[in-house]
Amino acid sequence: MRLWALPILFIAALAICIILTAVAELPPYGMPGNPAHNQVTRRYIENAWEETGVLNMITAIVLDYRAYDTMFETIVLFTAVLAVVITLKTTEGKGD
Amino acid sequence: MRDFILKRVAALLLPFIQMYGLYVIFHGHVSPGGSFAGGIVVGLAFIAFATIYGLERGRAKMPERITTLTESYGTLWYGIMGMVGIIKGAPFLANKLAGIDLGTLGTLSSGGLISLIGLGVGIRVASTMITLFFTMMEEES
Amino acid sequence: MALTTVDYGTMVMLLILVAASLAMCFIKDLVHAVIVYGTYSLIMALVWLQMNTPDIAITEAAAGIGMTVLMMVAIFRTSRREE
Repeated sequence: MRLWALPILFIAALAICIILTAVAELPPYGMPGNPAHNQVTRRYIENAWEETGVLNMITAIVLDYRAYDTMFETIVLFTAVLAVVITLKTTEGKGD
Repeated sequence: MRDFILKRVAALLLPFIQMYGLYVIFHGHVSPGGSFAGGIVVGLAFIAFATIYGLERGRAKMPERITTLTESYGTLWYGIMGMVGIIKGAPFLANKLAGIDLGTLGTLSSGGLISLIGLGVGIRVASTMITLFFTMMEEES
Repeated sequence: MALTTVDYGTMVMLLILVAASLAMCFIKDLVHAVIVYGTYSLIMALVWLQMNTPDIAITEAAAGIGMTVLMMVAIFRTSRREE
C-alpha cells in the first residue's frame, strides 16, 4: 500500500462517521409523530379523492396538484434528447 | 444459430411486456404505476427487440419519422391539455376547476384530464428512451 | 422497540444491498458489474415494496433492472468491455 493512501483512508473513515451520525439523528421510520406528517400530507390524504377523482394518490399529486412540475419535467427530457441528438447524430448524405 | 433460443423467447415475451406497459400507462390513475414507469416499459420492449434482432430491424419497427413526431408532440400535447383549462375560463392545467366531469371514482374513465395527460407523458418517456438508444448505437457503429 | 419478522427480512435485504454495491466497486469485468447492479435493483424494488410504495417499486424495476442493464450491455457490445 502506498503511503499517500493513508490520509485518503482517514478522510473516508471520517466522512463515513459523520454520515452515520447524521443517520442516527433521523426520525424513526413510520412513526406518526414524524415531521413529514404535517398539514400538507393530511390535506392530500383527506381531499385528493374529491378534488381529482383519482384513486392513486401519487398520480393525483404528480398530474394534478403538481402538474406544472411534471410539465417541465417532460421539457427537461425533451432538452436532454435534443442535446444528445445534436451532439451525436450523423446525417451526412442522408438528408432528412 | 447461437441466438435461436433468445430470439424465440423474445418473440414470445415482448408482446406481453408491451401490453403490460400500455396497461400501466392507461391504468395509472386507478392502480399503482403511472405514466413514467409505463413509458419506460414500452420503450424497453423496443430496445430489447433492437438489441436481440439487430439495429436495422429495430429501426424498421420504430422509424425515425415516428420518433421525431412523438418526441415533439408529446410535450405539445401536455400544453394543449393545459390550454383546455384556459379555454373554459379557469387557470392553466385546471382539472376540476374547469368544470370537467370527474366520473365515478375507481373506473377507467375517472379523473377527467389526468388520464389524457398521463397518456402524453407515457408516449413522451417511451420515445425518449428509444431515441437515446438508437442515437447512441448508430453513432457507435 | 422490538424488531418484528418483517424488520429482520428488511435487514437481510439491506445487507445484500451493501454487499452488492461493494462488489460493484471491485469487479473488473464491466458486464459482470452490470449484472450485479441488476440484482441490486431487484432487491431495492423489494425494499420499496416492503415500505408500501408500489409506485416506486415498479419504477425501480423498470428503470433499474430493465433500462439501465439493457443500455449498459448494448453500449458494451460496441466498446471496450474491460475496465
